[in-house]
Amino acid sequence: MTTTPAIEITGLTKSYGDQAVLAGVDLRVAPGTIHALLGSNGAGKTTAVRILSTLLKADGGTAAVAGYEVATHPAEVRGAISLTGQFAAVDDVLTGRENLMLVAELRHLPDPRRTADELLARFGLTDAAGQRVAAYSGGMRRRLDIAMSLTGHPPVLFLDEPTTGLDPQSRTEVWRTIQELAGQGTTVLLTTQYLDEAEHLADRISILHAGRVIADGTVAELRQLLPPKRVEYVEKRPSLEEIFLAVIGHDGSDEGRARA
Amino acid sequence: MTTSTVRETRTMLKRSLRHVLRSPDTIITTAVTPIAMLLLFVYVFGAAIDVGQDDYVNYLLPGILLITIASGIAYTAFRLFTDVSGGIFERFQSMPIARQAVLWGHVATSVLANLVSLTLVVLVALAMGFRSGAGVLAWLAVLGILVLFTLALTWLAVIPGLKAKSVDGVSGFSYPLIFLPFVSSAFVPTAGMPGPVRWFAENQPVTVIVDTIRNLLAQQPVGSDGWLAVAWCLGLLLVAYVAAMATYRRTTA
Ligand SMILES: Nc1ncnc2c1ncn2[C@@H]1O[C@H](COP(=O)(O)OP(=O)(O)OP(=O)(O)O)[C@@H](O)[C@H]1O
Ligand SMILES: [Mg+2]
Repeated sequence: MTTTPAIEITGLTKSYGDQAVLAGVDLRVAPGTIHALLGSNGAGKTTAVRILSTLLKADGGTAAVAGYEVATHPAEVRGAISLTGQFAAVDDVLTGRENLMLVAELRHLPDPRRTADELLARFGLTDAAGQRVAAYSGGMRRRLDIAMSLTGHPPVLFLDEPTTGLDPQSRTEVWRTIQELAGQGTTVLLTTQYLDEAEHLADRISILHAGRVIADGTVAELRQLLPPKRVEYVEKRPSLEEIFLAVIGHDGSDEGRARA
Repeated sequence: MTTSTVRETRTMLKRSLRHVLRSPDTIITTAVTPIAMLLLFVYVFGAAIDVGQDDYVNYLLPGILLITIASGIAYTAFRLFTDVSGGIFERFQSMPIARQAVLWGHVATSVLANLVSLTLVVLVALAMGFRSGAGVLAWLAVLGILVLFTLALTWLAVIPGLKAKSVDGVSGFSYPLIFLPFVSSAFVPTAGMPGPVRWFAENQPVTVIVDTIRNLLAQQPVGSDGWLAVAWCLGLLLVAYVAAMATYRRTTA
Protein backbone atom coordinates (compact mmCIF):
# COMPACT_ATOMS: atom_id res chain seq x y z
CA MET A 1 0.00 0.00 0.00
CA THR A 2 1.42 3.36 -0.93
CA THR A 3 -0.13 6.59 0.24
CA THR A 4 0.97 10.05 -0.79
CA PRO A 5 3.06 11.48 2.04
CA ALA A 6 1.40 14.44 3.73
CA ILE A 7 4.73 16.24 3.58
CA GLU A 8 7.56 15.41 1.23
CA ILE A 9 10.77 17.39 1.04
CA THR A 10 13.62 16.50 -1.30
CA GLY A 11 17.00 18.19 -1.51
CA LEU A 12 15.66 21.45 -0.10
CA THR A 13 18.21 24.27 0.00
CA LYS A 14 18.06 27.82 1.32
CA SER A 15 20.85 30.32 1.91
CA TYR A 16 20.95 33.78 3.41
CA GLY A 17 23.83 35.51 1.66
CA ASP A 18 26.64 33.00 1.76
CA GLN A 19 25.26 31.26 4.84
CA ALA A 20 23.70 27.96 3.73
CA VAL A 21 20.91 27.37 6.24
CA LEU A 22 19.37 24.35 4.52
CA ALA A 23 21.86 22.32 2.49
CA GLY A 24 19.78 19.56 1.00
CA VAL A 25 17.07 18.56 3.46
CA ASP A 26 15.04 15.39 2.88
CA LEU A 27 11.94 14.60 4.87
CA ARG A 28 8.80 12.50 4.47
CA VAL A 29 5.85 12.57 6.80
CA ALA A 30 3.07 9.99 6.49
CA PRO A 31 -0.54 11.22 6.84
CA GLY A 32 -1.94 11.19 10.33
CA THR A 33 1.42 10.94 12.05
CA ILE A 34 3.36 13.26 14.33
CA HIS A 35 6.82 14.08 13.10
CA ALA A 36 9.32 16.01 15.16
CA LEU A 37 12.05 18.11 13.62
CA LEU A 38 14.70 18.30 16.29
CA GLY A 39 17.51 20.81 16.13
CA SER A 40 19.45 23.32 18.17
CA ASN A 41 19.23 27.10 17.83
CA GLY A 42 19.84 28.24 14.28
CA ALA A 43 19.59 24.74 12.83
CA GLY A 44 17.06 25.93 10.25
CA LYS A 45 13.84 24.53 11.72
CA THR A 46 11.89 27.77 11.33
CA THR A 47 13.29 28.27 7.85
CA ALA A 48 12.01 24.82 6.81
CA VAL A 49 8.59 25.46 8.33
CA ARG A 50 8.32 28.86 6.64
CA ILE A 51 9.09 27.30 3.26
CA LEU A 52 6.43 24.63 3.85
CA SER A 53 3.87 27.30 4.83
CA THR A 54 4.51 29.27 1.60
CA LEU A 55 5.98 32.22 3.50
CA LEU A 56 9.46 31.83 2.09
CA LYS A 57 10.80 30.60 -1.25
CA ALA A 58 13.41 27.86 -1.29
CA ASP A 59 16.53 28.20 -3.42
CA GLY A 60 16.46 24.62 -4.65
CA GLY A 61 14.90 21.22 -4.15
CA THR A 62 11.21 20.48 -3.84
CA ALA A 63 8.69 20.55 -1.05
CA ALA A 64 5.15 19.23 -1.32
CA VAL A 65 2.31 19.33 1.18
CA ALA A 66 -0.82 17.19 0.76
CA GLY A 67 0.41 16.35 -2.73
CA TYR A 68 0.81 19.99 -3.82
CA GLU A 69 4.14 21.58 -4.70
CA VAL A 70 4.78 24.55 -2.43
CA ALA A 71 6.48 26.48 -5.23
CA THR A 72 3.87 25.98 -7.94
CA HIS A 73 0.61 25.52 -6.01
CA PRO A 74 0.92 27.75 -2.93
CA ALA A 75 -2.82 28.47 -2.74
CA GLU A 76 -3.68 24.75 -2.61
CA VAL A 77 -0.99 24.22 0.03
CA ARG A 78 -2.46 27.03 2.15
CA GLY A 79 -5.83 25.32 1.83
CA ALA A 80 -4.41 22.22 3.50
CA ILE A 81 -2.27 23.67 6.27
CA SER A 82 -2.25 25.74 9.37
CA LEU A 83 0.78 27.34 10.96
CA THR A 84 1.63 28.09 14.55
CA GLY A 85 4.78 30.10 14.20
CA GLN A 86 7.60 30.27 16.70
CA PHE A 87 6.22 33.47 18.22
CA ALA A 88 2.55 33.83 19.08
CA ALA A 89 0.72 35.50 16.18
CA VAL A 90 -2.31 36.95 17.91
CA ASP A 91 -4.09 40.29 17.74
CA ASP A 92 -3.39 42.15 20.99
CA VAL A 93 -6.15 44.69 20.52
CA LEU A 94 -8.89 42.09 20.12
CA THR A 95 -10.21 39.79 22.82
CA GLY A 96 -9.45 36.08 22.80
CA ARG A 97 -12.89 35.31 21.43
CA GLU A 98 -12.61 37.96 18.72
CA ASN A 99 -9.25 36.51 17.64
CA LEU A 100 -10.78 33.08 17.18
CA MET A 101 -13.87 34.46 15.47
CA LEU A 102 -11.63 36.41 13.10
CA VAL A 103 -9.88 33.25 11.96
CA ALA A 104 -13.18 31.35 11.77
CA GLU A 105 -14.71 34.09 9.61
CA LEU A 106 -11.68 34.19 7.33
CA ARG A 107 -12.04 30.43 6.91
CA HIS A 108 -15.75 30.90 6.09
CA LEU A 109 -16.92 28.61 8.87
CA PRO A 110 -20.70 28.53 9.37
CA ASP A 111 -20.84 29.48 13.06
CA PRO A 112 -17.73 31.47 14.07
CA ARG A 113 -19.07 32.24 17.53
CA ARG A 114 -19.63 28.59 18.40
CA THR A 115 -16.31 27.51 16.93
CA ALA A 116 -14.60 30.19 19.03
CA ASP A 117 -16.38 29.19 22.24
CA GLU A 118 -15.55 25.51 21.75
CA LEU A 119 -11.87 26.26 21.27
CA LEU A 120 -11.84 28.67 24.22
CA ALA A 121 -13.23 25.93 26.43
CA ARG A 122 -10.79 23.36 25.09
CA PHE A 123 -7.80 25.57 25.85
CA GLY A 124 -8.98 26.76 29.26
CA LEU A 125 -9.52 30.31 28.06
CA THR A 126 -13.27 30.62 28.61
CA ASP A 127 -12.90 32.96 31.58
CA ALA A 128 -10.51 35.21 29.69
CA ALA A 129 -12.53 35.12 26.47
CA GLY A 130 -13.73 38.71 26.75
CA GLN A 131 -10.39 40.18 27.79
CA ARG A 132 -8.06 41.88 25.39
CA VAL A 133 -5.14 39.64 24.49
CA ALA A 134 -2.70 42.39 25.50
CA ALA A 135 -3.57 41.44 29.09
CA TYR A 136 -2.90 37.71 28.58
CA SER A 137 0.09 35.91 30.08
CA GLY A 138 2.66 34.37 27.75
CA GLY A 139 1.17 30.92 28.20
CA MET A 140 -2.36 32.13 27.53
CA ARG A 141 -1.20 33.84 24.35
CA ARG A 142 0.46 30.66 23.21
CA ARG A 143 -2.64 28.58 23.90
CA LEU A 144 -4.80 31.09 22.03
CA ASP A 145 -2.26 31.04 19.20
CA ILE A 146 -2.50 27.26 18.91
CA ALA A 147 -6.29 27.41 19.18
CA MET A 148 -6.35 29.88 16.27
CA SER A 149 -4.32 27.43 14.21
CA LEU A 150 -6.76 24.60 14.91
CA THR A 151 -9.76 26.62 13.75
CA GLY A 152 -11.33 24.90 10.77
CA HIS A 153 -9.57 21.51 11.18
CA PRO A 154 -6.75 21.84 8.65
CA PRO A 155 -5.38 18.39 7.66
CA VAL A 156 -1.71 19.37 8.06
CA LEU A 157 -0.45 21.32 11.04
CA PHE A 158 2.93 22.99 11.44
CA LEU A 159 3.89 23.80 15.00
CA ASP A 160 7.14 25.70 15.42
CA GLU A 161 8.33 25.12 18.99
CA PRO A 162 4.76 25.00 20.30
CA THR A 163 5.63 24.48 23.96
CA THR A 164 8.56 26.85 24.39
CA GLY A 165 7.68 29.20 27.23
CA LEU A 166 4.78 27.13 28.54
CA ASP A 167 4.56 25.86 32.11
CA PRO A 168 4.57 22.08 32.53
CA GLN A 169 0.78 21.95 32.90
CA SER A 170 0.07 23.83 29.69
CA ARG A 171 2.77 21.84 28.02
CA THR A 172 1.12 18.55 28.94
CA GLU A 173 -2.16 19.96 27.73
CA VAL A 174 -0.72 20.99 24.38
CA TRP A 175 0.85 17.57 24.07
CA ARG A 176 -2.50 15.93 24.67
CA THR A 177 -4.18 18.16 22.09
CA ILE A 178 -1.54 17.26 19.52
CA GLN A 179 -2.04 13.56 20.20
CA GLU A 180 -5.81 13.91 19.90
CA LEU A 181 -5.44 15.67 16.58
CA ALA A 182 -3.14 12.97 15.21
CA GLY A 183 -5.65 10.41 16.45
CA GLN A 184 -8.28 12.15 14.30
CA GLY A 185 -6.06 11.97 11.22
CA THR A 186 -4.29 15.35 11.32
CA THR A 187 -0.67 15.28 10.22
CA VAL A 188 1.56 17.23 12.58
CA LEU A 189 5.06 18.49 11.90
CA LEU A 190 6.47 20.06 15.01
CA THR A 191 9.85 21.53 15.67
CA THR A 192 11.42 21.37 19.08
CA GLN A 193 14.66 21.70 20.95
CA TYR A 194 13.45 19.36 23.68
CA LEU A 195 14.44 15.73 23.29
CA ASP A 196 11.81 14.61 25.77
CA GLU A 197 9.10 16.37 23.78
CA ALA A 198 10.14 14.61 20.59
CA GLU A 199 10.38 11.32 22.44
CA HIS A 200 7.01 11.73 24.10
CA LEU A 201 5.01 12.87 21.09
CA ALA A 202 6.52 11.90 17.82
CA ASP A 203 5.98 8.82 15.72
CA ARG A 204 9.17 9.70 13.90
CA ILE A 205 11.95 12.15 14.52
CA SER A 206 14.33 13.93 12.14
CA ILE A 207 17.42 15.54 13.54
CA LEU A 208 18.37 18.66 11.65
CA HIS A 209 21.98 19.64 11.96
CA ALA A 210 24.30 21.77 9.82
CA GLY A 211 21.66 22.15 7.13
CA ARG A 212 20.88 18.45 6.72
CA VAL A 213 18.79 15.75 8.32
CA ILE A 214 21.53 13.67 9.88
CA ALA A 215 19.28 11.07 11.48
CA ASP A 216 15.71 10.01 10.87
CA GLY A 217 13.54 7.32 12.40
CA THR A 218 11.41 6.24 15.31
CA VAL A 219 12.72 6.75 18.82
CA ALA A 220 13.58 3.06 18.96
CA GLU A 221 15.47 3.27 15.67
CA LEU A 222 17.38 6.31 16.82
CA ARG A 223 18.35 4.52 20.03
CA GLN A 224 20.04 1.86 17.90
CA LEU A 225 22.41 4.53 16.69
CA LEU A 226 23.85 4.84 20.18
CA PRO A 227 26.60 2.54 21.39
CA PRO A 228 25.27 -0.64 23.09
CA LYS A 229 23.94 -0.08 26.58
CA ARG A 230 25.77 -1.01 29.77
CA VAL A 231 23.58 -1.89 32.68
CA GLU A 232 24.18 0.35 35.68
CA TYR A 233 22.24 0.58 38.89
CA VAL A 234 21.34 4.14 39.78
CA GLU A 235 18.88 5.27 42.39
CA LYS A 236 15.97 6.70 40.36
CA ARG A 237 15.37 10.25 41.41
CA PRO A 238 12.27 12.10 40.30
CA SER A 239 12.87 14.69 37.60
CA LEU A 240 12.33 18.32 38.45
CA GLU A 241 9.24 18.27 36.28
CA GLU A 242 7.74 15.39 38.21
CA ILE A 243 8.45 17.17 41.47
CA PHE A 244 6.93 20.38 40.20
CA LEU A 245 3.78 18.64 39.04
CA ALA A 246 3.49 16.74 42.34
CA VAL A 247 3.91 19.86 44.43
CA ILE A 248 1.25 21.82 42.57
CA GLY A 249 -1.06 18.82 42.81
CA HIS A 250 -1.41 18.19 39.11
CA ASP A 251 -1.85 14.69 37.76
CA GLY A 252 -1.87 15.50 34.08
CA SER A 253 -5.64 15.61 33.76
CA ASP A 254 -7.80 18.68 33.36
CA GLU A 255 -8.76 18.91 37.03
CA GLY A 256 -6.81 21.36 39.06
CA ARG A 257 -6.07 23.67 36.15
CA ALA A 258 -5.94 27.11 37.57
CA ARG A 259 -8.63 29.18 35.96
CA ALA A 260 -7.55 32.68 35.12
CA MET B 1 -12.65 40.38 -7.09
CA THR B 2 -14.45 37.18 -6.20
CA THR B 3 -17.16 37.14 -3.55
CA SER B 4 -14.89 35.36 -1.07
CA THR B 5 -12.22 38.04 -1.55
CA VAL B 6 -14.82 40.70 -0.82
CA ARG B 7 -15.93 38.82 2.28
CA GLU B 8 -12.38 38.38 3.55
CA THR B 9 -11.58 42.03 2.92
CA ARG B 10 -14.71 42.99 4.85
CA THR B 11 -13.58 40.82 7.77
CA MET B 12 -10.17 42.48 7.70
CA LEU B 13 -11.79 45.92 7.51
CA LYS B 14 -13.97 45.11 10.51
CA ARG B 15 -10.89 44.04 12.42
CA SER B 16 -8.82 47.09 11.70
CA LEU B 17 -11.77 49.42 12.32
CA ARG B 18 -11.99 47.83 15.76
CA HIS B 19 -8.37 48.80 16.27
CA VAL B 20 -9.21 52.41 15.44
CA LEU B 21 -12.33 52.44 17.60
CA ARG B 22 -10.38 51.03 20.54
CA SER B 23 -7.77 53.74 20.30
CA PRO B 24 -9.84 56.79 19.30
CA ASP B 25 -6.88 58.88 20.45
CA THR B 26 -5.28 58.14 17.07
CA ILE B 27 -8.07 60.03 15.33
CA ILE B 28 -7.86 62.87 17.84
CA THR B 29 -4.07 63.03 17.56
CA THR B 30 -4.38 63.09 13.80
CA ALA B 31 -6.67 66.10 14.02
CA VAL B 32 -4.84 67.92 16.82
CA THR B 33 -1.74 69.02 14.87
CA PRO B 34 -3.68 70.44 11.92
CA ILE B 35 -6.12 72.16 14.29
CA ALA B 36 -3.21 73.69 16.21
CA MET B 37 -1.76 74.95 12.92
CA LEU B 38 -5.13 76.36 11.97
CA LEU B 39 -5.36 78.26 15.26
CA LEU B 40 -1.75 79.42 15.12
CA PHE B 41 -1.86 80.67 11.57
CA VAL B 42 -5.28 82.27 11.75
CA TYR B 43 -4.95 83.99 15.14
CA VAL B 44 -1.19 84.57 15.43
CA PHE B 45 0.31 84.92 11.96
CA GLY B 46 -2.91 85.63 10.10
CA ALA B 47 -2.82 89.37 10.78
CA ALA B 48 0.62 89.60 9.20
CA ILE B 49 -0.19 87.45 6.19
CA ASP B 50 -1.74 89.12 3.19
CA VAL B 51 -3.46 86.68 0.89
CA GLY B 52 -5.64 89.20 -0.84
CA GLN B 53 -8.80 88.19 1.01
CA ASP B 54 -10.18 88.97 4.47
CA ASP B 55 -11.06 85.57 5.80
CA TYR B 56 -7.70 83.84 6.11
CA VAL B 57 -9.35 80.70 7.55
CA ASN B 58 -11.11 80.19 4.19
CA TYR B 59 -7.76 80.52 2.45
CA LEU B 60 -5.97 78.21 4.85
CA LEU B 61 -8.40 75.33 5.28
CA PRO B 62 -7.62 73.36 2.07
CA GLY B 63 -3.91 73.09 2.92
CA ILE B 64 -4.72 72.15 6.50
CA LEU B 65 -6.94 69.35 5.21
CA LEU B 66 -4.03 67.92 3.22
CA ILE B 67 -1.81 68.11 6.31
CA THR B 68 -4.50 66.22 8.23
CA ILE B 69 -4.33 63.41 5.70
CA ALA B 70 -0.53 63.38 5.73
CA SER B 71 -0.48 62.95 9.50
CA GLY B 72 -3.37 60.47 9.49
CA ILE B 73 -1.71 57.96 7.21
CA ALA B 74 1.20 57.61 9.67
CA TYR B 75 -1.22 55.56 11.78
CA THR B 76 -2.03 53.36 8.80
CA ALA B 77 1.67 52.61 8.42
CA PHE B 78 1.88 52.01 12.16
CA ARG B 79 -1.05 49.56 12.23
CA LEU B 80 0.40 47.60 9.32
CA PHE B 81 3.85 47.61 10.94
CA THR B 82 2.33 46.21 14.14
CA ASP B 83 0.74 43.37 12.17
CA VAL B 84 3.99 42.54 10.42
CA SER B 85 6.24 42.74 13.47
CA GLY B 86 3.74 40.93 15.71
CA GLY B 87 3.50 37.96 13.35
CA ILE B 88 -0.23 38.06 12.64
CA PHE B 89 0.54 39.25 9.11
CA GLU B 90 2.36 35.96 8.52
CA ARG B 91 -0.53 34.03 9.97
CA PHE B 92 -2.84 35.71 7.44
CA GLN B 93 -0.35 35.04 4.64
CA SER B 94 -0.31 31.31 5.45
CA MET B 95 -4.12 31.06 5.45
CA PRO B 96 -6.31 30.05 2.51
CA ILE B 97 -7.62 33.57 1.91
CA ALA B 98 -7.02 36.31 -0.64
CA ARG B 99 -3.56 37.27 0.50
CA GLN B 100 -4.04 40.96 -0.16
CA ALA B 101 -7.25 41.17 1.86
CA VAL B 102 -5.25 42.34 4.86
CA LEU B 103 -3.80 45.24 2.85
CA TRP B 104 -7.18 46.23 1.45
CA GLY B 105 -8.63 46.16 4.95
CA HIS B 106 -5.95 48.58 6.16
CA VAL B 107 -6.40 50.85 3.16
CA ALA B 108 -10.17 51.06 3.59
CA THR B 109 -9.74 51.74 7.30
CA SER B 110 -7.29 54.50 6.49
CA VAL B 111 -9.83 56.24 4.25
CA LEU B 112 -12.59 56.01 6.86
CA ALA B 113 -10.38 57.13 9.76
CA ASN B 114 -9.06 60.07 7.74
CA LEU B 115 -12.58 61.14 6.80
CA VAL B 116 -13.46 61.31 10.50
CA SER B 117 -10.34 63.40 11.24
CA LEU B 118 -11.09 65.68 8.28
CA THR B 119 -14.63 66.19 9.57
CA LEU B 120 -13.26 67.21 12.97
CA VAL B 121 -10.93 69.74 11.37
CA VAL B 122 -13.74 71.18 9.23
CA LEU B 123 -15.95 71.53 12.31
CA VAL B 124 -13.25 73.48 14.13
CA ALA B 125 -12.75 75.66 11.05
CA LEU B 126 -16.50 76.36 11.00
CA ALA B 127 -16.31 77.43 14.62
CA MET B 128 -13.44 79.73 13.66
CA GLY B 129 -15.50 81.42 10.99
CA PHE B 130 -14.90 79.29 7.91
CA ARG B 131 -17.82 79.71 5.52
CA SER B 132 -18.51 78.36 2.07
CA GLY B 133 -21.49 78.80 -0.20
CA ALA B 134 -20.43 75.83 -2.31
CA GLY B 135 -23.16 73.53 -3.54
CA VAL B 136 -23.46 69.78 -3.19
CA LEU B 137 -21.57 69.09 -6.41
CA ALA B 138 -18.63 71.25 -5.42
CA TRP B 139 -18.50 69.59 -2.00
CA LEU B 140 -18.61 66.17 -3.64
CA ALA B 141 -15.73 67.21 -5.90
CA VAL B 142 -13.76 68.31 -2.82
CA LEU B 143 -14.56 65.01 -1.13
CA GLY B 144 -13.49 63.09 -4.21
CA ILE B 145 -10.13 64.86 -4.39
CA LEU B 146 -9.51 64.36 -0.66
CA VAL B 147 -10.33 60.64 -0.92
CA LEU B 148 -8.03 60.23 -3.93
CA PHE B 149 -5.25 62.07 -2.09
CA THR B 150 -5.83 59.86 0.98
CA LEU B 151 -5.65 56.72 -1.15
CA ALA B 152 -2.42 57.85 -2.80
CA LEU B 153 -0.73 58.62 0.54
CA THR B 154 -2.16 55.46 2.12
CA TRP B 155 -0.56 53.20 -0.48
CA LEU B 156 2.63 55.16 0.05
CA ALA B 157 2.29 54.44 3.79
CA VAL B 158 1.99 50.73 3.06
CA ILE B 159 5.66 50.68 2.05
CA PRO B 160 7.16 51.69 5.44
CA GLY B 161 4.40 49.66 7.12
CA LEU B 162 5.76 46.54 5.45
CA LYS B 163 9.45 47.37 5.45
CA ALA B 164 10.22 49.35 8.59
CA LYS B 165 12.41 47.72 11.20
CA SER B 166 11.34 49.98 14.06
CA VAL B 167 8.47 52.24 15.11
CA ASP B 168 10.64 55.30 14.48
CA GLY B 169 11.16 54.23 10.91
CA VAL B 170 7.39 54.08 10.50
CA SER B 171 6.53 57.52 11.83
CA GLY B 172 9.56 59.22 10.28
CA PHE B 173 8.36 58.88 6.72
CA SER B 174 5.33 61.10 7.12
CA TYR B 175 7.22 64.23 8.28
CA PRO B 176 8.29 65.32 4.79
CA LEU B 177 4.68 64.87 3.64
CA ILE B 178 3.42 67.07 6.45
CA PHE B 179 5.87 69.80 5.53
CA LEU B 180 5.34 69.73 1.78
CA PRO B 181 2.30 72.06 2.07
CA PHE B 182 4.54 74.74 3.65
CA VAL B 183 6.31 75.13 0.32
CA SER B 184 3.10 75.54 -1.64
CA SER B 185 0.20 77.95 -1.92
CA ALA B 186 -1.34 76.42 1.21
CA PHE B 187 -0.27 79.16 3.67
CA VAL B 188 0.76 82.10 1.50
CA PRO B 189 0.49 82.82 -2.20
CA THR B 190 3.49 81.55 -4.16
CA ALA B 191 3.97 84.92 -5.88
CA GLY B 192 5.98 86.30 -2.97
CA MET B 193 8.45 83.40 -2.84
CA PRO B 194 12.04 83.71 -4.14
CA GLY B 195 12.79 82.20 -7.59
CA PRO B 196 13.68 78.51 -7.15
CA VAL B 197 11.37 78.09 -4.16
CA ARG B 198 8.54 79.64 -6.12
CA TRP B 199 9.25 77.36 -9.06
CA PHE B 200 9.11 74.31 -6.78
CA ALA B 201 5.99 75.53 -5.00
CA GLU B 202 4.15 76.17 -8.23
CA ASN B 203 5.03 72.83 -9.75
CA GLN B 204 4.48 70.50 -6.85
CA PRO B 205 1.09 68.77 -6.51
CA VAL B 206 0.02 70.36 -3.21
CA THR B 207 -0.35 73.80 -4.80
CA VAL B 208 -2.63 72.70 -7.59
CA ILE B 209 -4.69 70.48 -5.27
CA VAL B 210 -5.01 73.26 -2.68
CA ASP B 211 -5.95 75.83 -5.33
CA THR B 212 -8.60 73.52 -6.74
CA ILE B 213 -10.20 72.84 -3.37
CA ARG B 214 -10.02 76.52 -2.47
CA ASN B 215 -11.74 77.57 -5.69
CA LEU B 216 -14.39 74.90 -5.36
CA LEU B 217 -15.22 76.06 -1.84
CA ALA B 218 -15.13 79.75 -2.86
CA GLN B 219 -17.41 79.09 -5.85
CA GLN B 220 -14.70 80.32 -8.19
CA PRO B 221 -13.99 78.74 -11.59
CA VAL B 222 -11.54 75.88 -11.20
CA GLY B 223 -10.32 75.81 -14.78
CA SER B 224 -7.68 73.38 -15.94
CA ASP B 225 -6.29 73.24 -12.37
CA GLY B 226 -9.09 70.82 -11.48
CA TRP B 227 -8.06 68.24 -14.03
CA LEU B 228 -4.41 68.75 -13.17
CA ALA B 229 -5.20 68.13 -9.48
CA VAL B 230 -7.09 64.94 -10.31
CA ALA B 231 -4.29 63.85 -12.64
CA TRP B 232 -1.69 64.42 -9.90
CA CYS B 233 -3.76 62.42 -7.39
CA LEU B 234 -4.32 59.55 -9.81
CA GLY B 235 -0.67 59.58 -10.90
CA LEU B 236 0.57 59.54 -7.30
CA LEU B 237 -1.94 56.83 -6.48
CA LEU B 238 -0.75 54.67 -9.35
CA VAL B 239 2.94 55.10 -8.53
CA ALA B 240 2.36 54.48 -4.81
CA TYR B 241 0.20 51.41 -5.52
CA VAL B 242 2.74 49.87 -7.88
CA ALA B 243 5.61 50.56 -5.47
CA ALA B 244 3.61 49.19 -2.51
CA MET B 245 2.73 46.03 -4.43
CA ALA B 246 6.36 45.53 -5.42
CA THR B 247 7.36 45.86 -1.76
CA TYR B 248 4.57 43.48 -0.79
CA ARG B 249 5.74 40.86 -3.28
CA ARG B 250 9.29 41.16 -2.02
CA THR B 251 8.32 40.70 1.62
CA THR B 252 6.05 37.72 0.94
CA ALA B 253 7.18 34.67 -0.99
N1 LIG C 1 15.83 36.73 7.24
C1 LIG C 1 17.03 36.22 7.54
N2 LIG C 1 18.15 36.83 7.10
C2 LIG C 1 19.38 36.33 7.37
N3 LIG C 1 19.60 35.21 8.07
C3 LIG C 1 18.54 34.54 8.55
C4 LIG C 1 17.21 35.00 8.30
N4 LIG C 1 16.35 34.14 8.89
C5 LIG C 1 17.10 33.19 9.46
N5 LIG C 1 18.42 33.43 9.26
C6 LIG C 1 19.52 32.57 9.73
O1 LIG C 1 19.26 31.25 9.36
C7 LIG C 1 19.68 30.36 10.38
C8 LIG C 1 18.54 29.41 10.71
O2 LIG C 1 17.49 30.15 11.28
P1 LIG C 1 16.15 29.45 11.78
O3 LIG C 1 15.32 30.52 12.35
O4 LIG C 1 15.57 28.64 10.68
O5 LIG C 1 16.69 28.47 12.91
P2 LIG C 1 15.88 27.65 13.99
O6 LIG C 1 16.33 26.23 13.86
O7 LIG C 1 14.45 27.90 13.86
O8 LIG C 1 16.46 28.26 15.33
P3 LIG C 1 15.73 28.53 16.76
O9 LIG C 1 15.75 27.24 17.50
O10 LIG C 1 16.61 29.53 17.41
O11 LIG C 1 14.37 29.02 16.48
C9 LIG C 1 20.14 31.19 11.55
O12 LIG C 1 21.54 31.21 11.55
C10 LIG C 1 19.61 32.56 11.24
O13 LIG C 1 20.49 33.54 11.70
MG1 LIG D 1 13.04 28.75 15.03
